[in-house]
Order: sequence, then structure tokens, then C-alpha cells
Amino acid sequence: MAGLATALGSGAMTNSIHEISGAKTILAIGTNTTQAHPVLALQVKKAARNGANLIVANPKEIDLCRHATIHIQQRPGTDVPLLMGMIRTIIDEGLADQNFIKERCEDFDQFKASLQDFDLDHVSEITTVPKELIVEAARLYATSGPAAILYCMGITQHCHGTDNVWAISNLALITGNLGKPSAGVNPLRGQNNVQGSCDMGALPDVYPGYQKVHLPENQQKFEKAWGAKLSTEPGLTHSEIFDDAYHGKIKSLYLIGENPVLSEANANHAIEAMEKLEFLVVQDIFLTETAAMADVVLPAASFAEKNGTFSNTERRIQRIRQAIAPVGETKPDWQIVCAIAKKMGASGFEFSSPEEIMQEIASVTPSYGGISYDRIESVGIQWPCPNQDHPGTPILHTEKFGTPSGKAKLIPLSFRDAAELPDDDYPLMLTTDRSLFHYHTGSMTRRVDGLEQLDSEELLKINPQDARELGLEDQEMVKISSRRGETTVKTKLTGICPPGLVSMTFHFAESPTNVLTNAALDPVAKIPETKVCAVRVEKIVA
Amino acid sequence: MSEVTITIDGLEIKAREGTTVLQAAQENGLYIPNLCNHPDLDPAGLCRVCVVKMDDWKIAISCKLPVKDGMVISTEDPEVQQIRKNTVELLVANHPMTCLTCERDSTCELQKVAHYVGIKPDDIKRYRRSVRSIPMDTSNPFFDMDHSKCILCGICVRTCDELQNINAINYAQRGVASLISTLGNKPIAESRCESCGECVVRCPVAALSPKNTMEPMRQVKSICTYCGVGCGVMLGVRGDQIVSVEGDYDNPVNQGSLCVKGRYGYKFINHPERLKTPLVRKNGELVEATWDEALDQIEAKFSKHKGEKFAALASARITNEDNYLIQKFTRAVMGTNNIDHCARL
Repeated sequence: MAGLATALGSGAMTNSIHEISGAKTILAIGTNTTQAHPVLALQVKKAARNGANLIVANPKEIDLCRHATIHIQQRPGTDVPLLMGMIRTIIDEGLADQNFIKERCEDFDQFKASLQDFDLDHVSEITTVPKELIVEAARLYATSGPAAILYCMGITQHCHGTDNVWAISNLALITGNLGKPSAGVNPLRGQNNVQGSCDMGALPDVYPGYQKVHLPENQQKFEKAWGAKLSTEPGLTHSEIFDDAYHGKIKSLYLIGENPVLSEANANHAIEAMEKLEFLVVQDIFLTETAAMADVVLPAASFAEKNGTFSNTERRIQRIRQAIAPVGETKPDWQIVCAIAKKMGASGFEFSSPEEIMQEIASVTPSYGGISYDRIESVGIQWPCPNQDHPGTPILHTEKFGTPSGKAKLIPLSFRDAAELPDDDYPLMLTTDRSLFHYHTGSMTRRVDGLEQLDSEELLKINPQDARELGLEDQEMVKISSRRGETTVKTKLTGICPPGLVSMTFHFAESPTNVLTNAALDPVAKIPETKVCAVRVEKIVA
Repeated sequence: MSEVTITIDGLEIKAREGTTVLQAAQENGLYIPNLCNHPDLDPAGLCRVCVVKMDDWKIAISCKLPVKDGMVISTEDPEVQQIRKNTVELLVANHPMTCLTCERDSTCELQKVAHYVGIKPDDIKRYRRSVRSIPMDTSNPFFDMDHSKCILCGICVRTCDELQNINAINYAQRGVASLISTLGNKPIAESRCESCGECVVRCPVAALSPKNTMEPMRQVKSICTYCGVGCGVMLGVRGDQIVSVEGDYDNPVNQGSLCVKGRYGYKFINHPERLKTPLVRKNGELVEATWDEALDQIEAKFSKHKGEKFAALASARITNEDNYLIQKFTRAVMGTNNIDHCARL
């Protein structure tokens, strides 16, 4: 998100979901869409059925490959050279959109110079993708528009995730695939309201609407709105919070609706960090593995028990409605926060409904300025929606980009490999993915009997060739370890993973995958590299 | 798009060029009996129930008949009546007569068509065959497949192909042995079926029917709580329980479609393990507490740890309003920007 905001001026999906089926070419990179976003994947499959070119770039042979024109199976962590190789082909063959570059982009010359390092032989060697395939994909993407790029955690969860995102925005920019229907750069948001929680300023460096906390004018604006003294010092990111807790600097942590015991990369570190806290408050709907460590657990109402809004991946603000009364003594999260604030003697938390809270949000958040419950009663509106008369914005950047200059930045890049690569001790590469039948750490879906019946345990997907070399059978319980931890898991022999690569989800507490993963952070976005780490798989000797 | 005028049973109607007679009739609120047609799918022309007479001489199936200006259609010509009655009689001939206890009683398309064409008890006796005795496929945890009720309209097959592009099911065998089957006739749970339930929603009879669902007393329009796509859902409520979820056809994001989690993954809501009261740690154990006790403890600690000693992790799972207040609390009350959430995981 941070990456895209630098290049284009906004970190969100540039286009709308329903436009995807109208694309002539779709590049789906680092997204296992049919598993993680099944209903959005219908749009991709519809486009492919109607004759669109579908380019799937994924180290694994995911389900979407059945519908693909081209499947590029790059080595994990080599998305930058792959994309820069495509860009170089497009420029060398004169397929770039020179007008768009001239009118709407800046820094083209520096950018072009950085392509020096990405001649196709070199790119092919790093990525292990045949040269011809890169050229073919580049030509399809550049000449058969509108072309849309979809990406997800396969791009961002790397120690160079921001570079990956910039490589994507570079590709879209040099071909002019921004600001028009069925094109764009489309990060698919994994969780129901991840877009909204970013929009609302649940981030250490920005107030609601991405207004930077370090700028004094923003500080003054919010001090006035909230009647409180505010800090211009940006706060700590997710991973840094755990680091500071580990070192005793953070004493109290208030953690809501999250289960880092299973979801945090290098989970053992997060667990130790939480053990060192003086006071941990966890607010959730179940006693998760993380809630079980808390000093105080607050019971929250589920989405079916409260009113409010979610903002989806296409920036559409939609209403959720209370269907049943809160279970037991649970309360909606907003009421709990208000209760704590009032208990601490604070003012500014005297809300009687989420609708009133939205009025305050609209008054301080320019992109939500025109949002009110009345207007989104039946159909949600896509931000930016600055005022009551504004219809919302299905496509971003149609006239100008949200950067200070109004022009998009082409960003020179160089190749950096994953932080941890296989070696003699840990010879296999582990990547993480998700199951269609489960969600995140499974605290909800694993309590639905039917979903549990369809997918009941973690499986280590491993190529039959690797399994043979290790003497492993299908469905055999094995030990898997990395430099950070170990767990046991059952094997599934499958050609989905190429030799050398193994894959696990992180839905199952019995096989906590994230004890293995690497918390090496992207320097800008501070996202941990859960998509690549080195592991060893061993037979369990009785 | 230009319009044409056609006449159905003496009634002049306007129709959009490029539509079929059946579509035109439906768009004008006229009923022509049909079984294998579905508005989301391409016309298949399989069931032969939608026959009409065109320009007084030609029998045609209206779902495949393009409208033409000046066309004259009869749906009640004696020949049409005879053909469609015979067709429906043959479909009813081996259909189970268990309507009263059937999932689809009163919403069944076969019932509706049989009633419309005027099937009488004597007609049923004339053709009556024994009910097909193919074992029910109950392997999927969310729905059953009862071949004895199947009318082979193929709506499920076309849904899985045209809309979902999954192709888990198709026709198998020939003639009277025809049935809808998975590859190798394996139980549906062992096929490539993704359990989205889109076929179950569209089945015109109860050949595909959801397991363990209750008719909701009322429905509440909301948004799915799982991924970031933000599909519109209709939450079905009975008493204090969520008993069903349907896709919201008016939502522009999903236009009624749902995935397996969205449609069937709702039982966590009323799960017995839901937290119901605050818990506080006493002598190392988490024990039930009142809200006041919990808030007292929080106030005592948070007041001590204002500023850089405090951090909050909000959530991508809760509402905008919830998130807004949490960041406001962290910044305005706790005096720190140490606020983040799990966006990066």
C-alpha cells in the first residue's frame, strides 16, 4: 500500500471489481484468486471465457492456471526481475505508450536507465522463466488492452514487497493502463475491512484519510476536532510493536480481533513479546490462542450483531446491519472503546450509534466527506467521495494522479533476492497460501462443522520428486523446521509445487506454520516475508 | 437497442431486439411455462416445456426463438397444450409424490408447471412409473443430491460451467439411465466441487437441496464478513439465531453470487464457544468477570502506561466506525500514534 501511494498517490485498487470481466488482458501475479477471493475470481474466469488473455504469474500451478493463456512459474522472490524484464521488452520493441509516459508520468529517464540491469538472458536466469515466455507475456500485456493487473500477498509479503509493487505500477504506467475502464493496478484486499481500517487511520503514520501525522497542519486540524493534544511523532508498526514489547518498552497492548500467535511471522517471537507485556487486553469473539494469553479479555459482538460499515477492496463503503441481539453480554467494538474512554475520563466518545460516528468520520476525512448512512442505504459508494453531491469514484487517476505533482512516478529498481534462501541445512523453500474453505487463523471457519469436514487439517504440499528423495509417502506425518521453529504436518504429494518449493496455509493451530516463517521486513511497508523462507523436511523416526 | 412489436395470445407487446420470445414474455410479466430456463444462463432448449406456436403454423421452443417484428405467438393453441402436457406428464411419471414434506414444496418449478398445464390424478396414473432408486449423494456437508427428484434440466451443470467455470458435474449415461454426475461418478465431496452452492440455489426442484437449514423468519441485508471482496448477503434470522445466508442480488459487487464460506460459513455466529462475558486473570487463570471489573483493571493499567508505553492493534475484521474510534482513543486519550493492524498479514 505504501508503495502504490508513492507511485500513484493512492494505495488502493484503482478500478472496480465488475470491470475485470471487461479486460482484454489480465495479469494475475501473486494472487491465488479462486481460493482467496472466489467471487472476484468469477470475473477473471468470465473474462478468460470471453476470450481475454489471462497471464498467471505464480511459482505454483494454482487453479487459475486452468483458465490461463500463459503460466509464468517464476522462482519465489523474483517478481521484480520478471516485471522489469517485461517492461524492458515492451520499451525495446516500441510497444510503450509514449504519450501517456510524456503527459502523465515523471522520472522516465532515470527509470529507463535502471532497466540496464534487466537484459532478458539475465532475467531468465534469475527467474528460471524461459525468455520466450517473458516476451510473449510482455507483448500480450502491452498490445491487447485494456489490461488489468491483479495482485495480492504473493507480491507484498516479501522483504522487497514495495519494490514488487513499484515494478507493477511501472508496468501499468509505461503501457498507459491506468485511469481507464477494465485496466489498472488492483491490489486485492484479503480481509473484509482491511481497506476501511487503513482508511480510518488505524496506521501509525496517518490520521483518517491518509493525512500524515507528522505534518503540523494535520496535527492542528485533529487537535481542534478531537479537543486533545496530539503527537507528530509517527508510531510503531505492527512488527515494531512486538519488537518493542519484547524489549520491555511497550507495557500495555490493546489488541482487537487478531490472533498473532498463529498469524504473525516468526510467531514464537510474538508470543515471547506478549509474555513480556505488563498488561495485555484482547478483544475478540472467541477465546483465541492469543486471547488465552491476555490479562483481560473483552467479549465483542460479531458482524451479525451490530451496525456499521465495511469498505471493500474496490473502496466501496457498504453498510452492515444488526440481524440478532449481541450474544450473551458481548458489546459492539465501538461501544467497548467508548466505555474504556469514558472510564478514563475522556470526552469525545459520547456516541449513541455508528451512524453518528460516521458523521464525525465524514467531517474529518476528505475522501469520506460525502458519505452518510442515508446515501449508502441500498448501494455503497466508492471513495473518494468528497461531498454530498459527489457520486463516488469507480476509477482512480482518470485525470491526474494523487501525487503532489499530479504525475505518476516511474521508479528505478534493482533486484534483491529473498532474505533467506535454501542452503545445505535448510534445502527447501517454504511459501504460504490459503485454503478456499478456511479463513486466516481459522477462529471462525474451524468452528463451522461443514468447512472443517471439507478441509480438516494442514497439508504440506510437496513435489513428488522432493518427496521421493526424502523417502516420504503421501499423507505421511513429517517434521518441518526452519531456523526459527519447527512443527509437524502431513504431506500431500502434488505437482502444484515445483521441485524445491513446499507450501502450507496458516489456518491450523495444530501445525502453526508461522513458527517457521521469516519476519524479515520490507523497509518501507514493514511487511514480513511470509512468502519465502528456507526449511528442512524430515521423516519422523519412531 | 431498438424495439420490436410482437403479439402473444392476442396481446401486443414491445420486445428488445435480440431477446427471445420467452424473455420478452417474462419482461412483460407474461408466464410461459418453462423448466430448464434460468435468467443467469444461456438458453438451453432442453425441457421442451416452453413450446409455443408461431405465426399459426410452426411449433417452436420460446427460449430459443428470437423475437421478430410482427411475430404472432400462441401459447394456448390446442397442439401446444397437448405437447407440453405430454412432456410434463412424462416428467411427473417417476417423480416422488412426497410434496408435502419436500424442501421445495410451494417453490418447486415442476409443481408450478404441472399445475399450470393441468395435470390431473388420472393423467398421473396413466404414465406412472416407479421412482428412480439411485442412492442419494449426502457426501457434501452443506447440501444433498437426490437423483430421484432430478428432472435433468441441466441448470446445475450450466451454472457450474457458464458461471463458476468449475465443471464439477455433467450429464452421464444415456436415455432412461441419464443422470447428473461427477467425473467417475464419485461422491460430490470427492469431486472438484467447491461447494459454492450456486447450483443448489438455482435447482428448480429439490434434486439439490441445502442440509440443515431453516426457512428464515426475516432477512437482514448486510455484507459478508470474510474476504475483502465485500459481497452483499441476506442474513436469515429465526429467533436469536442466524439460520441461513443468501446472496444479495441487488449488490453490485457480487450480484447474488457467494462462495462456500460466505454462503455456508455462518455457524460460528451462534457457536457455543463464543465469549459471552469479560474474563480477567486471577491467580494465573482467566475467570469470568463483570464489565465493571474488567474496565476497572483496564483503567488502572492504561492510565499508568500513556504515551510510548502503550500500543493498540486494531483490526481489519471490524467496522470503519470501530476502527475510527480505536485510533482516536489511541491518539487522543493515550497520546501516542502506536496504532496499527493486521493489514500486512
